[in-house]
Amino acid sequence: MTTTTPGPQARHTAVGTARTRVEGRDKVTGAARYAGEIPLADLAHGWLVLSTATRARIVTIDTAPVLSMPGVLTVLHHANAPRLHTDYVGMLGTPPDPAAVVFQNDQVPFAGWPVALVVAETPEQAREAAEALVVTYDEEPHATALIADDPAAYAAAGHMPAETEKGDLEAQLAASAVVLDEEYTTPEEQHSMMEPHAATAMWDGGRLEVVDSNQGAGWVQSELAQLFSLDASSVRVRSEHIGGGFGSKGLRAHQVSAVMAATALQRPVRVVLTRRQTFSLAGYRSPTTQRVRLGADPDGRLRALEHRSLNQTSTVYEFVEPSAGVARVMYDADAHRTANHVVRLDVPSPTWMRAPGEAPGSFAIESALDELAERAGLDPVELRLRNEPEVGPVSGLPFSTHNLAACLREGARRFGWADRDPRPGIRRDGRWLLGTGTAAASFGAGAMPSTALVTAEADGSYTVRIAAADIGTGARTALTLIAADALETTPERVRVRIGDSDFGPAMIAGGSMGTRSWAWAITAAAAELRERLAGAPDIPPEGITVRSDTTAALGALAQKERHAFGAQFAEVAVDTATGEVRVRRMLGIFAAGRIVNPLTARNQLVGGMTWGISMALHEEAVRDRNTGRHYAPDLAGYHVATHADVPDIEADWVEDHDPDDPVGIKGVGEIGIVGAAAAVANAVWHATGVRHRNLPIRPDRTLAVSAPQPRNGAADA
Amino acid sequence: MAPVPSSTTSTITLNINGEKHHLSVDHRTTLLDALRERLDLTGTKKGCDQGQCGACTVLLGRRRAVACLTLAVAAEGREVTTIEGIADGDDLHPVQQAFLELDGYQCGYCTPGQICSAIAVIEEHAAGWPSAATDDVRPGPTPPPLTPDEIRERMSGNLCRCGAYVSIVQAVSRGAQAHAESRTAAAEEAAA
Amino acid sequence: MKEFDYRRAHDVTGAVALLAADPDARFLGGGTNLVDLMKSGVERPALLVDVTELPLDRVESTADGGLRIGATVTNSDLAAHPEVRRRYPALTQAVLAGASGQLRNMATVGGNLLQRTRCGYFSDVSGPCNKRVPGSGCPAVTGEHHNHAVLGASDHCVAVHPSDMGVALTAFDAQVAYESLDGPGEMPLTDLYLPVGDTPHRETALPPGALITHITLPAAPVTANSRYRKVRERASYAFAIGSVAAALDIEDGRLRAARLALGAVASRPWRARAAEAVLTGAPATGATFAAAADAELAVARPLPDNGYKVTLMRNLMVSVLTELAEGDAR
Repeated sequence: MTTTTPGPQARHTAVGTARTRVEGRDKVTGAARYAGEIPLADLAHGWLVLSTATRARIVTIDTAPVLSMPGVLTVLHHANAPRLHTDYVGMLGTPPDPAAVVFQNDQVPFAGWPVALVVAETPEQAREAAEALVVTYDEEPHATALIADDPAAYAAAGHMPAETEKGDLEAQLAASAVVLDEEYTTPEEQHSMMEPHAATAMWDGGRLEVVDSNQGAGWVQSELAQLFSLDASSVRVRSEHIGGGFGSKGLRAHQVSAVMAATALQRPVRVVLTRRQTFSLAGYRSPTTQRVRLGADPDGRLRALEHRSLNQTSTVYEFVEPSAGVARVMYDADAHRTANHVVRLDVPSPTWMRAPGEAPGSFAIESALDELAERAGLDPVELRLRNEPEVGPVSGLPFSTHNLAACLREGARRFGWADRDPRPGIRRDGRWLLGTGTAAASFGAGAMPSTALVTAEADGSYTVRIAAADIGTGARTALTLIAADALETTPERVRVRIGDSDFGPAMIAGGSMGTRSWAWAITAAAAELRERLAGAPDIPPEGITVRSDTTAALGALAQKERHAFGAQFAEVAVDTATGEVRVRRMLGIFAAGRIVNPLTARNQLVGGMTWGISMALHEEAVRDRNTGRHYAPDLAGYHVATHADVPDIEADWVEDHDPDDPVGIKGVGEIGIVGAAAAVANAVWHATGVRHRNLPIRPDRTLAVSAPQPRNGAADA
Repeated sequence: MAPVPSSTTSTITLNINGEKHHLSVDHRTTLLDALRERLDLTGTKKGCDQGQCGACTVLLGRRRAVACLTLAVAAEGREVTTIEGIADGDDLHPVQQAFLELDGYQCGYCTPGQICSAIAVIEEHAAGWPSAATDDVRPGPTPPPLTPDEIRERMSGNLCRCGAYVSIVQAVSRGAQAHAESRTAAAEEAAA
Repeated sequence: MKEFDYRRAHDVTGAVALLAADPDARFLGGGTNLVDLMKSGVERPALLVDVTELPLDRVESTADGGLRIGATVTNSDLAAHPEVRRRYPALTQAVLAGASGQLRNMATVGGNLLQRTRCGYFSDVSGPCNKRVPGSGCPAVTGEHHNHAVLGASDHCVAVHPSDMGVALTAFDAQVAYESLDGPGEMPLTDLYLPVGDTPHRETALPPGALITHITLPAAPVTANSRYRKVRERASYAFAIGSVAAALDIEDGRLRAARLALGAVASRPWRARAAEAVLTGAPATGATFAAAADAELAVARPLPDNGYKVTLMRNLMVSVLTELAEGDAR
């Protein structure tokens, strides 16, 4: 028995102090176990077989030869798999993606669709048998190319209204001194988290246990319970360490097929996606084609703004990449029109990927603003400062905080922007032309209902249980600091346990809302626990536990425009002879709420900016135009930035505090990528005088525009 | 269940982190799968299984290699060091310590490979090996300094999708410094 | 991956005999390409003969002042070798521009020369490819080919050879020595790779079952002033989209000797003899370098999406030759 009076050293000081990760030692020694790494006796290994046809009906699956191969235990496919319950809306407001709900019919809606799972005693046996499985298809014509003016495109809402409109766009454009009308494209991008999806499913005393790599243990648990028509309490999902997610790690074919196989065989089954399989089964960022029209007065004030975006989705699932949503927050104009459209193609289902909408949308709108500044003869920073909205341009709601101007000014000061000569193509360092660019950024700051359990232990320590996920964000550590402050103790006396659906419903690691949502629940439980302890200082051996639920508190929150903001600055070097582009330095200044752990927050922001470099210069998943199948879907064919591509990026922040949040948090997971690719592209223009409106800015594209072939007839002129 | 010996399996001895392991392997089994699936040494990660990410980097002898393209049967007779064998008991290796202190990771999945690679990079550099970032590759009396650009080039076989490169490079730099200091100290001790 | 037998060879004759005993056998060096191809199903050997313990792991000076490089020397050891760095710096640069530190520690010199193309259609066994399945067709010609060949290709195959090391070796007149059941043999590296024609699946002129044992580099003073530059789609750890190995010997502003080879433009490392003919004896000026590049690229036949490679290679040749000339003038 002990008392829990906090010592004199305990003050609200943990939040805001740099702390190394609580699981850091496990990560640097290899002790941290990820989903595919839990040793189990009697484990069987499943290997997915994917469709090689792009749009087809399965005619035959010849399982007999495969079933007689060494070690093969079963082959699951549409003719023998259990029918699942799919008529529901999940906790994030979406129905299940049929690509995850495997083996339900004989239809193949895209190449790389799961058609069977081969289960064997060893991974080697499963792999060979999966490769040997012969599937025949009745193929139909397919369409896989995203075309800007596709007549089949339609307005689609997703998580925000499809279209917004105010004012007379054509009239304002006509009245503008400076106008711009350009098209921008971004390619298909892949999450490419380092750990491919992995799940181990097993039945234990009538309860289904799934050890998985996901962004929300409770989320995946609720989906699996619905699909398999199980009582939620009879499904447990654990996800302790996750090797990256970026939006890709939700309900996927690997968990569903593993559960099917574990049920059929009544033994534990592990299914791990191969790197190649992740390209069609793990979601991706849809390519976009975007058109931006801007009209401004000579002083740069916007009169007209139109941003239209089109993305692709699969024929079986609608996903909107809401790129046109950016201007609804960032820029006002007398006439303002935005629209998100989608078109259904014979392609895999896209999904959320780090800053969905904002990442490609900011590339278009922030490139367009740079072009407008050029045409108006204005400084790009000044142009943005002149177009700061007072209230939400579309909603008319007040901003909770709006510290973009502070970011732009502080960034410009630290980057040395004042010394910049605006003329393009005039700075040289050996074979390299040099240039600098900037872009602004915003990302929504939300919170979603969560529950937390906080226990005062008899030994004077505390245990926090919450179904949070640390996908590399540092959430586990941040929550430890937040709990310590809320409990008025030191972080050393707080143990935070996460990644277990048994801890109750909680927000996923997504939308830059995870840490804020979980922190809210933890502070609420901690406050109540402190009250209880004040009244009853004796703690029984099992401790005293308080459970919180933030649903009501969040429901009572006033309607406001809540966003993080940022300013990106980049310096690039371009060799116009070879088309190579290198980023030499990069600075991001952010207004992202209260920073919980400067060490890990900076890492998150720099990580997002690194994604921006990668998006600007490297990433493009390629589809063969004849078959509609991925070309070279692997990490040698799909380039993400590596060490040599990334300079000493600097990220920092200005004072910003969300007044309505108990901790003042906004979230730092996604704001870092927003605007980063535009800053790089704008710098490439400044270096060379050539605009790149199509990503990535690869050597072939740089060469194609920087060394134009003479046009036919030019010699005659 | 261990496969029975045949022309497609072998009984081998793997020397891992100074410990000998006897096991029967399917010849198809890579060193990576032997570590992860047979020996419960799961610190070595499988990111691509194609030699395209570096997450499975281990040391063979004192040199770094990717375990996903190394067949277990071909690793017999080699000294294998995995991330589990890097620390000295409870004392972290200076490179591990630097990764921990400087937050040279996020999700942690590429981290064991980055650390194994970094340890080898420091040795390769100390041995005078040039890199693609070295201006003049002709042999000189002393190796060129291990600048951030040299570290970036030499570490480029280890992808980090979280984008923690900036802090990883700082950690490798600090680890190299610690290594150099310990060598100097050892040399002084030997001279004394 | 199908099951296979595995044997370690301890001498060259034994290795060749082991391989000859099984038509589906392959030599295993570092495994960096073969094991990957086995995983993707492109290679399905019945037997692997591990050659990494053969006594072919040395780099030695030859009597005439050249170098003799054992076939199992790792890429790393080759690049780090003092004599390679001193006498053939472009070879060190080429090796270091390839793959990653881990892969270079594993990969062997012989294996590097015999690595297969990285064409995405070649490694996708669910689709056609004339190199993998003769007569099945080449999807790259009408499909994705932005990193495919502009020189020496045919309608049957437009894949490029991925080696960096081979480009420098080609520029330096390397000879390839091998051992077959009929005994030892030797040929210039430029003859090792067969023309594409209508038989892209026949890649080398090695006798069946032959094992590359050595590479010999002749002595040539020109090689000391040499340089390798590689352009790729990220700054490191990516295959080339174009590369140049060049060496110049300049006396009184005139080019006494020149060596030039190109990478990632053809099914083999491409010796630029037409360019060399223009360079040799000409003044070391930008105009000469441009004329040389144009002479080499006159036979370029780009596809719809890889025309940039012609621009790239012209610019890259001029740039590297200019750097060499300026460096030599210092």
